[in-house]
Amino acid sequence: MKQFSMNCYDSSSEVHPFVEEFQALMAYRGLVVQFVARAIKTRYKRSILGVVWTMLNPLLTMIVLTVVFSQLFRIQIENFPVYVLSGQLVWTFFSTTTSSAMGEMIWSGELIKRIYVPKSVFAVAAIGTGLINFLFSLLPLLIIALVLGVSISPAMFTWLLTIPLLSIFSLGLGLLLSTATVYFADMQPVYNVLLTIWLYLTPVIYPIEIVPQQWHWLFRINPVYYFVEAFREPLLNGKVPGWEIWLPATGFALAIFLIGGLVFTARSSEYAYRI
Amino acid sequence: MAQKEPDLYIDEEDFVIHVEGVSVQYRIPREQLSGIKEYAIRWLQRRLQYRNFWALNDVSIEVQKGEFFGIVGRNGAGKSTLLKVMARVVRPTLGRVVMLGRTAPLLELGAGFHPELTGRENIFLNGALLGLSRKEVVERFDEIIAFSEIDEFIDAPLRTYSTGMVARLGFSVATSVRPDIMLVDEVLSVGDSQFQEKCLARMSAFQEQGTTIVLVTHSMDRVEAFCERAIWLDGGKIAVQGEASAVVSQYLQALKKTKA
Repeated sequence: MKQFSMNCYDSSSEVHPFVEEFQALMAYRGLVVQFVARAIKTRYKRSILGVVWTMLNPLLTMIVLTVVFSQLFRIQIENFPVYVLSGQLVWTFFSTTTSSAMGEMIWSGELIKRIYVPKSVFAVAAIGTGLINFLFSLLPLLIIALVLGVSISPAMFTWLLTIPLLSIFSLGLGLLLSTATVYFADMQPVYNVLLTIWLYLTPVIYPIEIVPQQWHWLFRINPVYYFVEAFREPLLNGKVPGWEIWLPATGFALAIFLIGGLVFTARSSEYAYRI
Repeated sequence: MAQKEPDLYIDEEDFVIHVEGVSVQYRIPREQLSGIKEYAIRWLQRRLQYRNFWALNDVSIEVQKGEFFGIVGRNGAGKSTLLKVMARVVRPTLGRVVMLGRTAPLLELGAGFHPELTGRENIFLNGALLGLSRKEVVERFDEIIAFSEIDEFIDAPLRTYSTGMVARLGFSVATSVRPDIMLVDEVLSVGDSQFQEKCLARMSAFQEQGTTIVLVTHSMDRVEAFCERAIWLDGGKIAVQGEASAVVSQYLQALKKTKA
């Protein structure tokens, strides 16, 4: 009897496409590493400033926003720079990984038409690249938090938990967007507009206090709000967020990951001739 | 718990490629819709129409281990689609494909190359795209370069390579580890004749060691010289199948008739 190894292929295999995709992704993990390495390399190639820019960019925005809100609007928030910077890191991770997951899918169209690869490698690589950039920009945030005298406590490190949650949420949404972009050529510009609106609906750059109470329900239906809060609260106030934050954060992350994964894999056999 | 094994794994151990009643339907919107807005309008008006196009129609072939199998036919007959179905790029709409062994697709050489990366970096990228481990690529790295005859250009970006160089590197990477099954689509038409000979020699050597090769080509000489069996695809269906020389002569006769 022939053994059925990973090398064999049966188009009528009874394995669910979601599981099949996961297995294939494991077999092609070397490819994910290559894609991430390529993205990082091309970003930082020929410039030491590349790394510096990753750190400097959020810092500069932070300075501008701090000046705007403290001088113009006369709003006093303790450690506002940390507030802005931490929110921004979460937002940047979320927005860049989801849109680059979609972008990679388009750019790889020629590849998908020619050879078999698990189609989710592009989205997974986008998340991986985002994580590395995230780590780079974490450094200035921690330094600023220390300089401004944010109290250090073990509770402070619960923000680490938001990283896996945010990652699978972004992966799920990235897969949904990748599916959509195969069928709709204008998905990218549409999503960019949505992102701009979404940013203003999330308390990233403005203090939550300036929003009247009657509009706070908008935050509660916004998944990114929970990730921002869960990341920011421990860093800013040394407090562990309660279940009212963790529960929706986990729920949204798992739900979007499952929906994205199932929709993407259900359609993935069409991509080769539709993209 | 053992994986559910289809019966054919037991009965016909020597067949490594099973294509059973495979049909491929491409479902394409009748008009190219530019985006989500237009799509939504059409959907509301119930005016979304699809064109169903059968690229392959009930095709069945069985290829034995170590066989050199040819596919001939005119452009648009479904040859490339059949290879893509075997390469797992396109999933059959109906029917079943089973490939027993590691399959190396040589559909378009250099498909996974990145123009801005160097030849060296592309070897690793392409190896990973073909499912080779980094270790496997490292072990064969020198041999890959030697076979491709790229030598001193290996650290230059790929966009500076000629088409022939890209094809050579592509073939070299794809065949660096002997695959169980090779799917070859017209790739030998690029590159000079000397390199073509080298590729054919390597393919023959692999075949002797048990590799199964499926070749799509317009060169009837090559089919007659290398293949034992062949099929002639016409309009997505198998017109004739059998001994390579017989298939070729029937195909050539039919071509003559249409020309006359």
